[in-house]
Amino acid sequence: MKTFNYHTPKDVKEASKLASTSSAFLAGGMTTIPSIKLGLATYKDIIDIKSIKKLSGIKVSGKSVTIGATTKHAEVAASKEVQKTIPALAKLAGNIGDAQVRNRGTIGGSISNNDPSACYPSACMALNAVIHTNSRKIPAEKFFTGMFETALKKGELVEAVEFQVPEKADYQKHPNPASRYAIIGVFVAKHKKEVNVAVTGAKSCVYIDKDLSKKLSSSFSSSVIEGMKVDDSEMNSDMHASSEYRANLVSLYAKKAVEAC
Amino acid sequence: MTKVTLEVNGKKVSKDVADHTLLSVFLRDNLNLTGTHVGCDTSQCGACVVHVNGKSIKSCSTLAADIDGSKVTTIEGLAKDGKLHPMQEAFKKTHGLQCGFCTPGMVMSAVDLLQTKKNPSEQEIREWLEGNICRCTGYQNIVAAVKDASTKM
Repeated sequence: MKTFNYHTPKDVKEASKLASTSSAFLAGGMTTIPSIKLGLATYKDIIDIKSIKKLSGIKVSGKSVTIGATTKHAEVAASKEVQKTIPALAKLAGNIGDAQVRNRGTIGGSISNNDPSACYPSACMALNAVIHTNSRKIPAEKFFTGMFETALKKGELVEAVEFQVPEKADYQKHPNPASRYAIIGVFVAKHKKEVNVAVTGAKSCVYIDKDLSKKLSSSFSSSVIEGMKVDDSEMNSDMHASSEYRANLVSLYAKKAVEAC
Repeated sequence: MTKVTLEVNGKKVSKDVADHTLLSVFLRDNLNLTGTHVGCDTSQCGACVVHVNGKSIKSCSTLAADIDGSKVTTIEGLAKDGKLHPMQEAFKKTHGLQCGFCTPGMVMSAVDLLQTKKNPSEQEIREWLEGNICRCTGYQNIVAAVKDASTKM
């Protein structure tokens, strides 16, 4: 493993100051550490933000659930408040990776990495999340900009994610049996005025399926999307699933999610 | 270099190590606690599972410096006064191991499960052990061992 300098800043300001073009913020490290070990990434400085207290914790108000960046998946899954207000979000967190990954991995790390198969980005998109950073608030649809890419600038770090509480929601995932990453993950959220169907694992970046969302906005019933064909032209095709198969799963899992709502 | 102070299996240890030292390396190379195994080294297989402040984690993907000040329990810390931990007993009784390489991680992970869930179903045991791979494919008896231990812990 390539060497680096390890820093533990006490506040966000100090963390941001330490950042450079050859640094990375470290939270749970469930992607960062294996990436360094495999030689996929090298950094001069690793800036561990876990000792910054204000970045961790869950706050629930009537209309929103705000989760601190370094809050672990296991904490979100076990949170009685999240289970009560957005059960689909607790369920999603409880099915990420395996138990040990959930004991370390964080929401801020997951969305900052923006893996095209990660679960959390779909929840952010469907639940109209606002990403709070140390300098601004970014709506989810502007945050996830491409494969492993986000709107974050140098020195900018995610402080918290604010989710809008929906009327109903569910997340359905077809996991890769080895890694538990989503071959397809569909997050359906019914809000007062609209329905959002967010899809992860299918393309190079999480997205809202406009056709499915529109159909379900007009009538929130699985029958309206029964057998609906989803365009596979931009979908991933790999050893785990062809693009046609993924497209079929998107439609099928959207239906499953609506039925589970 | 960074100074890492931990309480490992009830004993306080303090070492100066390179910043990028992994917990698995710290335990095996610096403390000679070789019961924690490194299998895949990419956090897939779970042979390296230890407890940090009571929770199971993968030591091959955690920096030693990152958990400075924590309490760590490894497989060597389970038996007390020469008496095996009930989970170790159960693995022995049900023949929950073949080559034994994955066993330390399996045992540590399973102990954490029973801390969180008193009487898990077979399904719950299998789901919890998703992060632990047995290349001998001896899952049947591993699950039987956890089930057996759950009646005694």
